[in-house]
Amino acid sequence: MALLRITSPHTQRAGRRTSWVMLMVMLATVPGIAVQTWLFGWGTLINIAIAGIAALLSEALILSIRRRSVAFFLKDYSALLTAVLLGIALPPTVAWWVTVTAVAFAIIFAKQLYGGLGNNPFNPAMVGYAIVLVSFPVPMTQWVGAHELLASGAVPTFSQSLQAIFQHLPNIDSYTMATPLDGFKHKNELSSAAAFSSIDALQLPSLSSWLWINGAYLLGGLMLVWLRVITWHTPAALLAALALMAGVFYLFDPAHAASPWFHLTTGAAMFGAFFIATDPVSSCTSNRGKLVYGAGIGILIYIIRTWGGYPDGVAFGVLLMNFAAPLIDYYTQPRTYGHQKAKKGLKIGEDN
Amino acid sequence: MSTEDTLTSENPQESAPSANYSEIIYNGLWKNNPALVQLLGLCPMLAVTSTVVNALGLGLATMVVLMGSNVAVSLIRNYVADAVRLPAFVMIIASFTTCIELIMQAYTYELYQILGIFIPLIVTNCAILGRADAFASRNPVLPSALDGMMMGLGFTVILVVLGGMRELIGQGTLFSDMQLLFGDMALHWKLVVFANYPDVLFAMLPPGAFIGLGLLIALKNFMDEREQKRLAAQKAQQGPAESKRVRVTGQTAS
Repeated sequence: MALLRITSPHTQRAGRRTSWVMLMVMLATVPGIAVQTWLFGWGTLINIAIAGIAALLSEALILSIRRRSVAFFLKDYSALLTAVLLGIALPPTVAWWVTVTAVAFAIIFAKQLYGGLGNNPFNPAMVGYAIVLVSFPVPMTQWVGAHELLASGAVPTFSQSLQAIFQHLPNIDSYTMATPLDGFKHKNELSSAAAFSSIDALQLPSLSSWLWINGAYLLGGLMLVWLRVITWHTPAALLAALALMAGVFYLFDPAHAASPWFHLTTGAAMFGAFFIATDPVSSCTSNRGKLVYGAGIGILIYIIRTWGGYPDGVAFGVLLMNFAAPLIDYYTQPRTYGHQKAKKGLKIGEDN
Repeated sequence: MSTEDTLTSENPQESAPSANYSEIIYNGLWKNNPALVQLLGLCPMLAVTSTVVNALGLGLATMVVLMGSNVAVSLIRNYVADAVRLPAFVMIIASFTTCIELIMQAYTYELYQILGIFIPLIVTNCAILGRADAFASRNPVLPSALDGMMMGLGFTVILVVLGGMRELIGQGTLFSDMQLLFGDMALHWKLVVFANYPDVLFAMLPPGAFIGLGLLIALKNFMDEREQKRLAAQKAQQGPAESKRVRVTGQTAS
């Protein structure tokens, strides 16, 4: 994280420490968390609390096994940030053990086993998310339904959310419904127009609630860009690629494809673009590389959403592009000052 | 192949048996374990170890084939020309695999159906061809048989441990469906460790097997390292030997 602004003179670095950057990213999620709490009840906040405790405990456990300074690494807030991102990504009424599994896997396997912060090739939060998505498909699809709830104003109360997370809420089914992406995915033979007029998840209250969530994360993300915690390249390329893919297919087949607006305002599009794909450790470093990396994720998200087995593809898109990030970096090295053109990788025996 | 290197360097003369039986046992079970060190036969290991019974079934089948082929290869080792030895070995291994396939079809039909393609694929298990070429083709019958058995046992043990881990994490049970292998007496062997356990699909899918195997390899390396440290500390206490030749390449003895 600190790499973004390191340039001589180094006195200007004051304050831009890893912990500051992590803290800013966490603060930038506040608008989104607030909107999610307003729409889905207290579940998201409870998830974040559970995830935070689990993350700190597993990080401390592994650090002490690895004989590293526990307090020093806990204070950089990176584990806490992973927990916050996972708490947001998981459905608000998901059982507590799903959250704990995801966080423990993210911290222990995806981060610490590779050597801790800065050495992980994959985004830890998305590894944890993918693990629980693959392992527990049923609880992972139970999002709190916004359709009737919003209409009647009956968002689950604090105690109801707590009950849903720690025990089984008997009438949980009346609170949950498919997300718009899930609804659109399972429209089967229906044409788009018919789906938007008949499927519950694709009605205005449901769509607009996801529009609100995405808008809130867009706001937080723009704040991060303004603070120069992240650069605009990855999110812009991601969203542009997603919109372009959606636009092309919408133009050719408007009866079955969804509009670019639908793709940009549902699911984890904004959250993924600004908070997940911009992870400085596992993404690309050069600006051109970031553009390629973001565009790749955007294309993959569209492919997975449209033809894949899962309704949303942010996690898998990001993980797949994490694989490619070193290769992209290898081919997009910027021109070194004083040199004619960029050296592409190692050229043994040559010096230009 | 690393095994070939170490073994040829250990046995410079072709006909001289490396008849140190305890070393053969130690090699097969621990030091040169086909699953943990040579990493051979990964394909069946990752694919079928979702439960203990699957792992045990495939492990036993592999062990029988490995022993049989080692004995047969050792018997013909002086009569097969070098140029055609590999096709000959593969034919021998394929015959034993066909035998075990027919036996499983006759006695454990359901398990045979569960394991499916991975029984015929024992032919392609590199551990078997590797042992035939690296050990059995240069050693007498008895050491070869023991080597096949120990290598097979080492493979089976790791398979069963991995299967147990995956079954426990994946379904919360142990030894389920053991009647497929042991008949009716094993009907009640199933151990429900966690009741009301939500199935963790990840552990039952191949990625879970990769991670489980990685953990096992890490555990072995950790134990080896600790043992080495212990030995080094012991040596340091005893004081240095009279003279020591420094070797920087290859395996150093002692």
